[in-house]
Amino acid sequence: MPVDQSLVGRVFPPTRPYAVTEEAVRTFVAATGDEYAGGPAPATFPIVLAFDAMNAFLAAEAIELHRIVHGEQRFAYERPIVPGDVLTATLTVSSLRQIAGNDIIGTTSEITDDSGALVCSTSATLVHRGAAS
Amino acid sequence: MTQASSLPTRTFTITRADLVRYAAASGDHNPIHQDEDVARSVGLPGVIAHGMYTMALAARAVSEWFPGTETVSFGCKFTNPVVVPAEGGVDIEVAGEVKDSAEGLTTVALTVTCEGQKVLGMPKAVVRG
Repeated sequence: MPVDQSLVGRVFPPTRPYAVTEEAVRTFVAATGDEYAGGPAPATFPIVLAFDAMNAFLAAEAIELHRIVHGEQRFAYERPIVPGDVLTATLTVSSLRQIAGNDIIGTTSEITDDSGALVCSTSATLVHRGAAS
Repeated sequence: MTQASSLPTRTFTITRADLVRYAAASGDHNPIHQDEDVARSVGLPGVIAHGMYTMALAARAVSEWFPGTETVSFGCKFTNPVVVPAEGGVDIEVAGEVKDSAEGLTTVALTVTCEGQKVLGMPKAVVRG
């Protein structure tokens, strides 16, 4: 079932504040086979926030996660994320196209800290594979 | 200063266990990264690595090439899936080239391949410092 075209431009509610801990960063770094030596989180760590927002969006639209394949991801950073940050992501659906039975969903998530300052803006293209297969 | 220089290529091995760890660390529990049957049911060739996991390994290479720098931007397309076998693992190679270095910003063009095939589309990072 195609995703509803009226979604374009819709802004979803901010995710619950997420407190970045050293443990969370250490676990993330360890998952890439590396060792966390303190300091800023790795460049792709903001995906933790973005996923939270994307999961809420997919659940709200009743889109099944296993039909989603990641098409593209871009990050623009205002500053590095560090343990102690309390962050929130706000997702906007930026575009929607149908190609060969798949929905190509463009999203942008703005990640802000507890002062409201932008930390990272990240865009994702999600490919929603049609149920025909 | 402008220079075009190659950086030492890094090789990483990805196993199913890595994908389980990454799912827990990132919050991406899509079963196409864990379950062969689910992956095949949506037309994939098998269990595939999270695109973000491959991207995280590319970021790890960048941070090793440029320790202590701050990333300004980082992006890529996910053009080909990295299929991860149930036993053993699969290798990806992360190569990089400095495209530009000016006013404290260094632009790195990456080439990320698995079994000779590019898996990321035009991965590019800009670092400062």
